[in-house]
Amino acid sequence: MAKQFLSGNEAFAYGIRLARPQVISAYPITPQTIVVEKLSEFVEDGSLKAEFIHVESEHSALSCAMGASSVGARAFTATSSQGLLYMAEGLPYAAGGRFPIVMMNANRSTALPWNIYGDQRDSVSQLDSGWIQAYAENAQEALDIALMSFYIAEHEKVSTPFMANLDGFVLTHTYEVVDVPTREQADQFLPPFQTQNKMSPDNPKNLAFSAGPDTNTIFKYKEHLGILNAKDVIAEAEEKFETIFGRHYTGLTESYRTEDADYILMTLGSIAGLVREVVDRLRNDGKKVGLLRLRYLRPFPNEEIVKAVKNAKALAVLEKDISFGNAGTVYTNVSAALQRAGISVSNSNYIGGLGGKNISFEEIENIFNNLTQQRSTVQFLGIGGEDSGG
Amino acid sequence: MAVNARTLNETEFFYGHKACAGCGGSLAVRIALKVLGENAFAVLPAGCMSAVGFNFPQLCFGNNAIISTFAGTASMLTGVQAGLRAQGITDFHAVGFAGDGGTADIGLQALSGAIDRNDDILYICYDNEAYMNTGIQKSSLTPFGAKTTTTPAGKNIHGNLRPKKNLFEIIAAHGIPYAATASVGYLNDFMRKVEKAKQIKGTKYIHILAPCPTGWGIPTDETIDIAKEVVDCGLWYLAEYENGSFTLNHQPKEFSSVEAYLRKQSRFRHLTDEDIQIIQSSRDAKWEFIHKNFK
Repeated sequence: MAKQFLSGNEAFAYGIRLARPQVISAYPITPQTIVVEKLSEFVEDGSLKAEFIHVESEHSALSCAMGASSVGARAFTATSSQGLLYMAEGLPYAAGGRFPIVMMNANRSTALPWNIYGDQRDSVSQLDSGWIQAYAENAQEALDIALMSFYIAEHEKVSTPFMANLDGFVLTHTYEVVDVPTREQADQFLPPFQTQNKMSPDNPKNLAFSAGPDTNTIFKYKEHLGILNAKDVIAEAEEKFETIFGRHYTGLTESYRTEDADYILMTLGSIAGLVREVVDRLRNDGKKVGLLRLRYLRPFPNEEIVKAVKNAKALAVLEKDISFGNAGTVYTNVSAALQRAGISVSNSNYIGGLGGKNISFEEIENIFNNLTQQRSTVQFLGIGGEDSGG
Repeated sequence: MAVNARTLNETEFFYGHKACAGCGGSLAVRIALKVLGENAFAVLPAGCMSAVGFNFPQLCFGNNAIISTFAGTASMLTGVQAGLRAQGITDFHAVGFAGDGGTADIGLQALSGAIDRNDDILYICYDNEAYMNTGIQKSSLTPFGAKTTTTPAGKNIHGNLRPKKNLFEIIAAHGIPYAATASVGYLNDFMRKVEKAKQIKGTKYIHILAPCPTGWGIPTDETIDIAKEVVDCGLWYLAEYENGSFTLNHQPKEFSSVEAYLRKQSRFRHLTDEDIQIIQSSRDAKWEFIHKNFK
């Protein structure tokens, strides 16, 4: 391994290079651009042997990746925000075709109003499209997810596309010291892509066909099982990853001081770093608080959430998205997880960071302090907006 | 050896499908695949040919074939050829079959991108002059005067008000290595063009007029006749674009009657003499252009 000073985008690109994708389709959009620029440099300098395709839109980026995957090639693309929405038709298409494409999404607000900064409304709006969704907290995790994503997506029990999300600017454009694995280590971890779900010269197939009312549910059920199977495969990948690279990951969630916590904040992405600091401060004051970071939204960590909060007095979900007319989508998913498990814990939803708005230490501290009041509300951080959810 | 009815591959690659009787599009696909052979990787967008050929578990292509998104024929072809090349596979023909709407309307951006990159693909547009799969709605390749379900012919408006988009020359303007027009009425010409395209590296485009009896309002056994007649009366032409210049492949000695061609089809039945005069004048202007600019 070699330590390098890399931005989140660069770290992700280094991870992708180690994964040896055979086809990369790229269309630029802020704040994703650096990852495809970097990959084009790797192709130019010969350190990555891949077909680098300058597509004319995001819709074509994903369509091209599907074409490559349909003949058994390892395919990568990257996008953000408007680009993700422009290719939205292709998302359930790739998932339904069971094409294990990996895509990086630089989380960015969606118009209108126009805004290039980070929130998670782009990817969260696509939760139902059938893709695995991971959310990195820092540049090291971004690189490691880039490498693990292909292992998980391409696993025969999964065969599902993988969306790796990095908070726009806060993670994509900030620099950290990152351990970059060697090529030998990476090759030891990740085998070449092999699949039966492909068109090949010696075994012709018809793919991406129509399935009428009689058979459609069967295909959809199998698709559902594939993404559910990802949970075990993620655990398997992380175990192998730790053996080779020495870094430990914890599956669909990451708990921080939740074991005996009365009050738990759940969130995802880069904001978790700040939440950890707040937890430490409040713990010093004798308050029993903890953080549950959701590393994956699909498959959804139903069991992990229940396990973490079943003895808590109250919990809050802090997220950078809002499903207008209802609540934050992560919160809705968390609520359903608790309901299904028959657990009743007082809970609140905080919507923050929209359009890149900063979330402060004090605001997170206030969320924890407000939890003692045990109200169930949906609140917009920083503007005092509030609704009772009723 | 030139491909013709005698030398054509006897293997069928597209059969058992449920296309309508007299379908021109399915004939174009069937013949093109015979010329391309078993190494064809076909990409077809949502449209007539995918609707009739890919109904699980009745899958009708003997070669590799896949449905793309409606707008994504060319971009999926790009991925297919890149993915095969990346694995060291070189003996293949990536071929797209898209209709007029899938090509000239929703798929034009992706097609333009593929030509710009000079991806090694053959894109075949089977032009039946409307969105037939969804029930005969106007596309940008629907000719002037045609009645469709979204361009009704009434007292105020006589069907489609706009002329057919000049897609062949739009494609040629990219500087594409090879482009051609064809008609299912002149299959030898079409087979020769597919055979030629098969040998050329880079992006190839063939635009084949393929009548749809259902949408055009003609008997199902007149597809070939009407596809000949549209060329003979000068409303369509057989040409090629190569090395920066256009070549006319077939010059009718004397045009057959435009009116007779139009009157045979119920989609044109409402046209007035004045409407037909407009169509004839635009034909004459087109041929003046062809004689001036085509070899």
